Amino acid sequence: MKELCLYIVLAPLLGALLAGLGGRAVGRAGSHWVTILGVGISFALSVVVFSRVVLGHEPPLNVNLYTWLGAGGVDFHVGFLIDQLTATMMVVVTFVSWMVHIYTVGYMHDDPGYQRFFSYIALFTFSMLMLVMANNFLQLFFGWEAVGVVSYLLIGFWYQRDTAIYANLKAFLVNRVGDFGFLLGIAAVLMSCGTLDYAAVFAKAPSLAETTITLWSGHPWSLMTVTCVLLFVGAMGKSAQVPLHVWLPDSMEGPTPISALIHAATMVTAGIFMVARMSPLFELSTTALSVVLVIGGITAFFMGLLALVQNDIKRVVAYSTLSQLGYMTAALGASAYSAAIFHLMTHAFFKALLFLAAGSVIIGMHHEQDMRKMGGLRKYLPITWLTSLVGSLALIGFPGTAGFFSKDAIIEAVKLSHTPGAAIGYAACLVSVFVTALYTFRLVFLVFHGQERMDHHTQEHLHESPAVVWVPLVALAIPSLVIGAIGVGPIIFGDYFGGSIFLNAAHLEANTELAGEFHGVTAIILHGLLQPPFWLAMAGVATAWLCYLKQPSIPARVGSALAPLRRILEAKYGFDTFNAWFFAGGARGVGWLLWRAGDVGLIDGVIVNGSARLVGWWSQVLRGLQSGYLYHYAFAMILGLLALLAVFVHKMPA
Amino acid sequence: MQLDLPLLSTVIWLPILGGLWVIFTGSGRRERSVRVDALVISIVVFALSLLLYRDFDLSTADMQFVELKPWIAAFKINYHLGIDGIALPLILLTTFTTILVIAAGWEVIDQRVNQYMGAFLILEGFMVGVFCALDALLFYVFWEAMLIPMFLIIGIWGGPRRVYATVKFFLYTFMGSVLMLVALLYLYTQAHSFAIPDLQAAQLTAVEQQWIFIAFLLAFAVKVPMWPVHTWLPDAHVEAPTGGSVVLAAIMLKMGGYGFLRFSLPITPDASAALDGFMIALSLIAVVYIGLVALAQQDMKKLIAYSSISHMGFVTLGLFAIFDIFAGTSDWQAATMSIEGAVAQMISHGFVSGALFLCVGVLYDRLHSRQINDYGGVANTMPKFAAFMLLFAMANTGLPGTSGFVGEFLIILSVFKASFWYAFTAATTLVIGAAYTLWMYKRVVFGEIRHAKVAALTDINAREAAILTSLAALVLLFGLWPAPLLDMMHASVQHLVEQVAQSKLSVAAHE
Repeated sequence: MKELCLYIVLAPLLGALLAGLGGRAVGRAGSHWVTILGVGISFALSVVVFSRVVLGHEPPLNVNLYTWLGAGGVDFHVGFLIDQLTATMMVVVTFVSWMVHIYTVGYMHDDPGYQRFFSYIALFTFSMLMLVMANNFLQLFFGWEAVGVVSYLLIGFWYQRDTAIYANLKAFLVNRVGDFGFLLGIAAVLMSCGTLDYAAVFAKAPSLAETTITLWSGHPWSLMTVTCVLLFVGAMGKSAQVPLHVWLPDSMEGPTPISALIHAATMVTAGIFMVARMSPLFELSTTALSVVLVIGGITAFFMGLLALVQNDIKRVVAYSTLSQLGYMTAALGASAYSAAIFHLMTHAFFKALLFLAAGSVIIGMHHEQDMRKMGGLRKYLPITWLTSLVGSLALIGFPGTAGFFSKDAIIEAVKLSHTPGAAIGYAACLVSVFVTALYTFRLVFLVFHGQERMDHHTQEHLHESPAVVWVPLVALAIPSLVIGAIGVGPIIFGDYFGGSIFLNAAHLEANTELAGEFHGVTAIILHGLLQPPFWLAMAGVATAWLCYLKQPSIPARVGSALAPLRRILEAKYGFDTFNAWFFAGGARGVGWLLWRAGDVGLIDGVIVNGSARLVGWWSQVLRGLQSGYLYHYAFAMILGLLALLAVFVHKMPA
Repeated sequence: MQLDLPLLSTVIWLPILGGLWVIFTGSGRRERSVRVDALVISIVVFALSLLLYRDFDLSTADMQFVELKPWIAAFKINYHLGIDGIALPLILLTTFTTILVIAAGWEVIDQRVNQYMGAFLILEGFMVGVFCALDALLFYVFWEAMLIPMFLIIGIWGGPRRVYATVKFFLYTFMGSVLMLVALLYLYTQAHSFAIPDLQAAQLTAVEQQWIFIAFLLAFAVKVPMWPVHTWLPDAHVEAPTGGSVVLAAIMLKMGGYGFLRFSLPITPDASAALDGFMIALSLIAVVYIGLVALAQQDMKKLIAYSSISHMGFVTLGLFAIFDIFAGTSDWQAATMSIEGAVAQMISHGFVSGALFLCVGVLYDRLHSRQINDYGGVANTMPKFAAFMLLFAMANTGLPGTSGFVGEFLIILSVFKASFWYAFTAATTLVIGAAYTLWMYKRVVFGEIRHAKVAALTDINAREAAILTSLAALVLLFGLWPAPLLDMMHASVQHLVEQVAQSKLSVAAHE
């Protein structure tokens, strides 16, 4: 098993190294073969691991590979923890990654950076696997930052573009803000538990539930709350929760396969995975869970709204990703970790599908991404249309599709949750269902239906994408349809995750209440048809149909009627403007001021050069005294004598 | 192979004598043969220093490879050498870096080649001497001697404002070290010996310790450099030739940290404990203030110089946070992590800042500009260079998997035990460090080509690739597997912490 896991991580790494460093010896075709083969092996072996751990109920594997270093009585390891949660993530990551690799052969066909691209995505797969397979916080942080770097490289893949290299720097820095909190969280864990190995930390944690830590004198905080909130700051960075979400829409500057793999299906879910992994810690702090829940709800709703005013096809999907990540986060806050991971899984399939479909549209449109210049593409790109429709239905949670089961589980869980803030979370999640349906079908109708708005030249050349592009679409559409129905029984109602997710006694009870009795998939679907989310979703679709197909003049009228709101949405609530002005500008300004006033002005100007000038001035004075004229010296002697005399007289007793 | 050589003396004097030989025989010869001689000498010295590593006993904190000969018997001054697990990695860093520096000056230096190469070899010997000396006076002699070749390197092969920079460099460091001499002489009157272990054992009152601490502080703080005595460094770096910058950043700055480890902490533990808040404050100012200043730089070398100061702030933080860590945990064991982090940070900074200065050197050799605005889009014409520089830039931001992560990680984890706010302030470097490093990288390497000169750039040649590859390998090796580095120092750091933990005041009270 250990060897198996080693092959799983090393196969993509080897592919990445060969493709990246092999140069002409490997070549363009060679680079896609080695990486596809590497990730393919990784996927196949992950399936083996999955079948053994999840289906075969093998006990979890917890093994150290080597000791990274030992210092101060603490050993830091690199190692694997393979349980149900890990195995699930491994299969999802390697499958989506594999599909994206294949798709890339078509999408990046003419790009001069072809080899570099394959090297990066294989490297990404390696990093992501190291992240999910870690058995300790150190390695988690390794993977965490490594996926961040690869994301940086890929957003800036077209490094001549100013927008791309702005976006990648922004993404890295915003992620670093999250990592800043994450690292402090890890430090808190080490301080309280004396180790970074998951098993030992989780075993120790319950005994620390009542421990406090003083940040301001006289105000004790619960140690677990502080630790979990700090860790969650890391999750907010990677999983793009408000207010650290700002990097994700800009990350769409990267090539589309990357948007699918990294910025939708896998990397951005790292934060969700992490919180689920840390459930034994989060379960000890209701306050932290409350924070998680509210942040999730806010993200789900407010980011969903932004998708309504985007015209770039990829940006709509990107904001949708933000909103869906908000759902997952809200589920975590409601202690419905299984539901969060379930949605992570279904979302990985249908969101990767939607991105790759968007990519297929973009290829067809000769790299035009503005939906206002599309329309009626259904007849030119039938497979893309059909698979997009599947993805969209899954996204809005249409009964029977994968998204239906996972999203319904989340909404139910938040509804039943007793965590403070659950009411807000529930309202946000419910309203977002309508919003989701509206923006999703706005996209479908604008792109695939209605009037053809593209120019004549583009129209003439429209045709379905090659097989290497549409086969992955189909391969992703299938799980987008069926994975929910297959998974819902064991994951939501059964004991799928076993010991890999921990629930405290109160939440366990609530969870049992949520699960209720499992009457089969059909019963759930029938039940779903009577629930508010379904009707809200249908209302959203109908509204989209009305506004974008039936009466295309409505959006403009609504827009001008609600002009202030529209401006707020178009400004994306002003986060970017504020950050650019306050943080980026502020830091540069302060830095410049400290440099000119502090270093150059005060330290060098006054103290260093000042003391040099003082020495110079003094020596000038001394030099002036030594004039060489005898009468100057004689005069000085007389003055001195007089002075001595004066002192002498003054001191004389009366 | 068992050599019956006094190994430490050989590693010190071989480069010095070799350097002199290169200078005196090299003036008439072809430049190439001079370069080859220098390179061969530096490689031999490095190989000899590897023997030190091979034969080093990891299990003991005792000084090893000790050499002891009377020098000035009347004052009990000895030629006394020896190394422990703290000195060893720094010596290896020195001998390794010298090879790179000589290779880096290969075609670039075309005037007074013999003197240039000779100066670096002599400098190498003196620097190794500093790390080996167990006699305080001998230490002082090496400490001052190494200023001379560096002074000449900047003064002769430096940039247009080299005179200002060298005078500033010399005065700053000299003023600090003169006070150190006074402190050493005072210690002699107390311990009746110049042997560093004797000085460490000397019993001192609180007042004595404080004065001695302050005298040492000036010497070492200038070298580190700590805020606010840092302003010589950016000027020196900007004017120094590439090789000078590399040695300055990679090794000379470490002298300050080494001084704190060898002198301040063990000789004046109570003063260190009393003034630790002050030291931590200066360190945190260095991390944040200097980080922000780095953000405002337009000159690549200045930016990296400021980045160095900020990174060295971690070293002093790690060294002086140990008292608060002990206060927070009641466990000196926890404090060793902080010190080991500081040493790891010193070594890694040697690789990373050295590599970044070499990268700037590669660009400077081609375009003769250090201004960020004169570049842009270098990746288009120098893809291999761009890849190397990316790795080093990422290491500079403390990316896990690179050596830059190890020290910062250990120090942040440790100081969290002392105070949440220390860790909080120090960890801002995750964002600030990434901001100034990657923003520079973006403006220099990414983007479209905006200047005709950049369009005409040629990618790195085999010599440059070899230099950068060797550094890249070390940055990755110690990032992925730092255990060998840390194992070298465990016993010595443990011993140091035991010394520091033992207050000299309580012992005096018992007597």
